Amino acid sequence: MLPGETLGVQALGTDQLQQSSKIGSDAGDAAADHDEHDLLAAVRAKDERACGQFVRRYGGRMLATATRLLGDTALAEDCVQEAFLSAFNNLDRFEGRSGVGTWLHRITVNACLMKLRARQRKAEEPIDDLLPIFDENSCRIEPAWELTRSADDLVAEQQVREMVIRKIDELPESYRIVLLLRDIEELDTREVAEVLDTSEGAVKVRLHRARAALKKLLEPVLRGVAP
Amino acid sequence: MSFWSSMARKAKGMMLRRGPMMITCAEFETFVIDYLSDRLTPTQKRVFEWHLRICRECRDYLKAYRQTVELGKAAFRAPTAPVPEDVPEDLVKAILDARSSD
Repeated sequence: MLPGETLGVQALGTDQLQQSSKIGSDAGDAAADHDEHDLLAAVRAKDERACGQFVRRYGGRMLATATRLLGDTALAEDCVQEAFLSAFNNLDRFEGRSGVGTWLHRITVNACLMKLRARQRKAEEPIDDLLPIFDENSCRIEPAWELTRSADDLVAEQQVREMVIRKIDELPESYRIVLLLRDIEELDTREVAEVLDTSEGAVKVRLHRARAALKKLLEPVLRGVAP
Repeated sequence: MSFWSSMARKAKGMMLRRGPMMITCAEFETFVIDYLSDRLTPTQKRVFEWHLRICRECRDYLKAYRQTVELGKAAFRAPTAPVPEDVPEDLVKAILDARSSD
């Protein structure tokens, strides 16, 4: 347990602690089980220690998301800081329709996308060469596949895992982002369309092309001949 | 490609274009995302799955496509995945300091 967590609970006051259904007899357990509602109330009341606990509780996932999207630890940390400041400033507008973690995740994704948009990027390479091929009869040209190992089994090898992540990073940005948001961050199509300010149809097309291109890039891994 | 396999593909293409409840491989492609999200109508799903039964290429393609999606997910959830799960204490401090001065 991190030192600030115990302090965070102490800062909430006895009344709030007694109201929590998850409070155990031990102060440490209470800190760990301390429910979202009480923590939010304390953060809204600008309790410094509760704020620290709030950052420690939710910051890990936010930092992981930002690191995946931005591919740069320092930039990701800046982004998480901005996301938390935005969250602190907008706590009164949080209505609790989703969990706090989900809300913060969405703020983080938005902050990352703003950073990516601000970054001057070169024109994207077309990915047509990585997409499925059809002959003049509209019949697919596809070699036979014999898949003998599960995905989890394959990524148990560090080299494979690193290669998969590297190949995702090789995708042009607009495809990489959609793939990460849908498949890894698990936003639904509507949410991705909202944060990218585009239509759901465009998201589906882009996601499908990103997956198809990634399949092509990962063929040696899928066939068990690399790395 | 041999003459006979070329003829076989031509015949397959014709069957897929003209047969009842048939779609071509190129049309199949446009339904993949919705099929995997279980968003096809019952009729679309029947047509899609019928195509899968008769087309070896699309069956193999979909198998590898699914495995690709799973690989991406598995790579990031692997215990040794190179993304932080804890917040460094200096970042916590920076956030709290920035909040105080905000």
